[in-house]
Amino acid sequence: MNAKKIDKMATGVLFGVSCVLVLLLASFLGYILVQGVPHISWHFLTAPAKSFQSGGGIGLQIFNSLYLLVLTMILGIPISLGAGIYLSEYAKKNWLTDCIRTAIEILSSLPSVVVGLFGFLVFVLQFQFGFSILSGALALTFFNLPLLTRNVESSLQAVPYTQREAGLALGISRWETVTKIIVPEALPSILTGIILASGRVFGEAAALIYTSGQSAPTLDFTNWNPFDETSPLNIFRKAETLAVHIWKVNSESTTPDAAAISSGASAVLILGVLFFNLFARIIGNRIHKKMTAS
Amino acid sequence: MKTESIKKNLTTRSKKAKIERFGKLVSFICILIIIAVVVAIFYFVSSKGLATFFQNKVNVIDFIFGKDWQPSSVDQSGKPLVGALPMIAGSFIVTVLSAIVATPFAVGTAIFMVEVSPKRGANLLQPVIELLVGIPSVVYGFIGLSVIVPWIRGIFGGTGFGILAGAIILFIMILPTVTSMTVDALKSVPRHYREASLALGATRWQTTYKVVLRVATPGILTAVIFGMSRAFGEALAIQMVIGNSAVMPTGLLTPAATLTSVLTMGIGNTISGTLQNNVLWSLALVLLFMSLFFNLIMRMIAKKGAMN
Repeated sequence: MNAKKIDKMATGVLFGVSCVLVLLLASFLGYILVQGVPHISWHFLTAPAKSFQSGGGIGLQIFNSLYLLVLTMILGIPISLGAGIYLSEYAKKNWLTDCIRTAIEILSSLPSVVVGLFGFLVFVLQFQFGFSILSGALALTFFNLPLLTRNVESSLQAVPYTQREAGLALGISRWETVTKIIVPEALPSILTGIILASGRVFGEAAALIYTSGQSAPTLDFTNWNPFDETSPLNIFRKAETLAVHIWKVNSESTTPDAAAISSGASAVLILGVLFFNLFARIIGNRIHKKMTAS
Repeated sequence: MKTESIKKNLTTRSKKAKIERFGKLVSFICILIIIAVVVAIFYFVSSKGLATFFQNKVNVIDFIFGKDWQPSSVDQSGKPLVGALPMIAGSFIVTVLSAIVATPFAVGTAIFMVEVSPKRGANLLQPVIELLVGIPSVVYGFIGLSVIVPWIRGIFGGTGFGILAGAIILFIMILPTVTSMTVDALKSVPRHYREASLALGATRWQTTYKVVLRVATPGILTAVIFGMSRAFGEALAIQMVIGNSAVMPTGLLTPAATLTSVLTMGIGNTISGTLQNNVLWSLALVLLFMSLFFNLIMRMIAKKGAMN
């Protein structure tokens, strides 16, 4: 067989393999949406869940997921911003920096269940936070920090060095150069990274089972006092998220319409991730246009 | 008077220098927080996990190679039955199986996207794969439970729960990640390598197979190992489909258990400080060491790859 024929054959095989992969993944996505979307209704999205009868919704779980997401980001963004700035602007090439990078790499490769168990041990038991939204948010912050830090660092690195020189030439300190010139310039890509990380937090479950709990107590949405038991803002209440809910209804099987609930909730999760991806792109472009002259 | 103020100007820090010191300190504290978190995770998990061996006097060899997992009962000689081999084996089998199946698909698709049809790759495949990377693992588990388990039950009989179902779910789960990392590895091969090869008269496949793939091998290996470490640490999707019975796996179709599945099921049902609880933390410690191990391999590959 000559080389040309082999080339044609290889092309064919590669095409076939990619087709199989696309079909597999597309049918996967399609299945979730086709099964799930018909279950999505206003009632389903807002009603509280029921554990022993059918007809429950996922309202509280959606709220909990979003609230947890906000808390996680409030905790995680400042730390990762600082850490990213240090790594990009101040870190010298020495053993200390090597250690730091190794630590971040290890943290990012830890299985989420291990991070969750650590959260359970430290926040739930040691600090007596109990199963609470705060424990969950702290565990997820740890889980998220390496990803966000790396994103900030690479966004800052992408800003041309001449901008830093210009800042320093004006006589302002390095810190001011970074915070007033470099970070605004890198903001679109930092934001994109944050939104993509949000998608990940939105769907995370393993780290939450033993930190934010597996039950969603009823909330009183007219009570906005964050220290009250039933207030949605209370950070010491149990808060089952959407992803944990899917896991629970499937593994406990006390709910008669578990399949319907989980297919609906899965579709909501996927649409959420899709939304975060699209949002990241749009916001990135928009802000880039607004903040730069181009 | 004038010399006084000059002297003062020269000997005290300027306002800018103070801001600079402050900023450096703040950003360094952020780094310290991250390091403290890593150290704390290691400290707490090992202090709990090692208690099995130091407080409960379980033999390490018995723990790793023991085949009986019944933490609440003891054998004839009074030793607790805490052999973790069934779970360790279960974790390894599902991980390796899923990686073996996923690699050809991922590499083939990545080659198609980068070398054969970059345009279609960028427009059609890239967004799909990016989206799938972000899909939560419980969704994969739910699909496994509602599609793959009944499907296996229909074809092979039995319950459908087991290693095969777990491996299939992990395969679909790691596929997008491994593919997108392989794409990055192929894209980082310099263009002039391809040009040189094509100029010598090689066909596209010869160029891909003999030049591009060789150069990208470290990157592709890293992608596969990364996928494996993901698969090894995955908890919920696996827990939903593997059947969760901690016995030595005898076939692909019998229910089994993995380290992560036993952990997620068990940790809430045991009392802190007891042997039953400590031994679960030992499983978490094994998981921690495995993720370190995968990390180490990736570093070694990166170092080797950097030398050529």
